[in-house]
Amino acid sequence: MPEILSLDFMRYALVAAALVGVAAPLVGIFLVQRRLSLIGDGMGHVALAGVAVGVLTDAAPIATALVAAMLAGVCIELTRMRGRTSGDIALAIMFYGGIAAGVVIINKVEGSQTSTLTGYLFGAITTTSRGDLTVFAALSVVLVVLTTVLRQRFFAVAGDEEYARASGMPVLALNLLLAALTALTVVVSMRVVGLLLISALMIVPNAAAQQVARSFRTATWWAVAFGLLSAVGGVVLSYHADTSSGGTIVLCAIGLFAVVALGRAAVRPWLARRHPVAEQHIHEHGPDCGHPAVPHGDHVDYVHDGHRHAAHGGHYDEHTDLTHQDRTSPPSHTDQPDSEVTR
Amino acid sequence: MSEPDAVLGLDRASFGYAGRAVVGEVSLTIRPGEVVALLGPNGSGKSTLVRGLLGLNDHLGGRLSLGDPALTTASPSDRRFIGYVPQRHTLSTSVRATAREVVATGRLAHRPWWRRATTHDDSLVRDALETVGLGDRAEAEVSELSGGQQRRVLIARALAGEPSMLVLDEPMAGVDRGSQEVLTRLLHRLVDRGATMLVVTHDLSMLSEVITRIVALEAGEVVFDGSPGAYRDRLLDQPLGTVAQPAHEQPPAGTSWWVGPVDPREESTHA
Repeated sequence: MPEILSLDFMRYALVAAALVGVAAPLVGIFLVQRRLSLIGDGMGHVALAGVAVGVLTDAAPIATALVAAMLAGVCIELTRMRGRTSGDIALAIMFYGGIAAGVVIINKVEGSQTSTLTGYLFGAITTTSRGDLTVFAALSVVLVVLTTVLRQRFFAVAGDEEYARASGMPVLALNLLLAALTALTVVVSMRVVGLLLISALMIVPNAAAQQVARSFRTATWWAVAFGLLSAVGGVVLSYHADTSSGGTIVLCAIGLFAVVALGRAAVRPWLARRHPVAEQHIHEHGPDCGHPAVPHGDHVDYVHDGHRHAAHGGHYDEHTDLTHQDRTSPPSHTDQPDSEVTR
Repeated sequence: MSEPDAVLGLDRASFGYAGRAVVGEVSLTIRPGEVVALLGPNGSGKSTLVRGLLGLNDHLGGRLSLGDPALTTASPSDRRFIGYVPQRHTLSTSVRATAREVVATGRLAHRPWWRRATTHDDSLVRDALETVGLGDRAEAEVSELSGGQQRRVLIARALAGEPSMLVLDEPMAGVDRGSQEVLTRLLHRLVDRGATMLVVTHDLSMLSEVITRIVALEAGEVVFDGSPGAYRDRLLDQPLGTVAQPAHEQPPAGTSWWVGPVDPREESTHA
């Protein structure tokens, strides 16, 4: 058994990292979709005030942090729905008030040399106990189940809120639930990456996933894979390099993003060469467009002035019988400008 | 009063924002198979009326019934029988999504939250994409499609919900000429199948053959409700200027407007 697995606290740390690595991107993708990537940070700030209240009253800091983060989530959602710019300032006051109150109260109660504050701000994954782990596991299961069951609904509301409301979906309830799930993620991740880095695990794996995925469904799976890889990889790396686990996890996630983005940029010209794009025309091929349709593998080509057009994204590709066996062969005809609009 | 078989019934209904009525006491009944154009200059209240039907603003009085005339107000779940096609496509492009994924959201209001899509849902989504001519682009990313194709994705999303009435907000605005022709053919096809539609528009030229009735709004009131022929006669009879259409909105009267070219401002920059 590798040395890292022989230590109880490292085993707990790895499990905690894996739970967060899976759960955080599942919630985060909807924040990315709604362009609210930084909202998790604000909730993290307010959660620190909740931790402080827990420290002050000897209550469980996880519970008080959860209450504080959920209240912040509800306030954010209601402010956003009313669409007031003054709400933006109210949120800023709430976020900074939260973190300032947290720092003041914790230092007052435990003295300025306390490690509690640093642990919550930057993560203290190796202090995870077996009891913590049970709580994290239960909360992670809630996160994974709800985001999976309600994935399409969250997708619909985040993607087109007006349509969702017009078609009779409970938009407010879904938005409040998503805020609550975000608060839950903040609280589960605060021991792993810390309250100041909380958004990173929700957002960065999704940023990387958007580089490779071609649909919302695959983007979700890629994000979970990237999240898991950076969380577990970050813990292992921080153990060997003796670095801060929270910071290392986030740097791993950003490193993955950079690799994926650069890889995509490198591959793109090569892909473009392999796929001959047809001349642009206003005319749109379809079942009743007047051009003969030829079945071709899993799709239909339309015979257009003697060559074959196949829909691809927003344009048409040139297809030949060889297209699918040998994509590198040049198109078997010369393109002619197509000026007429076929009716 | 609403008729028993009406798809939409409004009886002295008013809609507005923050308690202030913008559209007051409108009575309107739409029967199955009708294709109604809702006309009116900017500020006439046509958007407020449509948004009111959809539950997007405040219903301040009168009766609104969708399908079931016994109801005095439409509940949110009744709205799933209206297929709404927004004007500007309001889809978020911050994450990748395929045409099929967007169209599939049209089924969500028809099943409880815990239930997964059934094969029936899947086949309705596939049919809707076929109907709008995007069957071969189901897996294409929405943000890569042209403006006209995105508009058709939104129509497919509405169709997937098996609506008793389609509400289209300016379906021809902001898409290029080729796409407008495709959209016109699509609307013809839907009408041939017996679709009921309420089309908010200021450009009748592309739609003249499918429209069966025109309702014109001015300053929040219905000023005309009748056949397209009667509306044309009314425009021809009235001296210039009495029809409250700002000149920049559309030429006020005459056949040139009726069959005339598309407003050049609506020609999109899509190649």
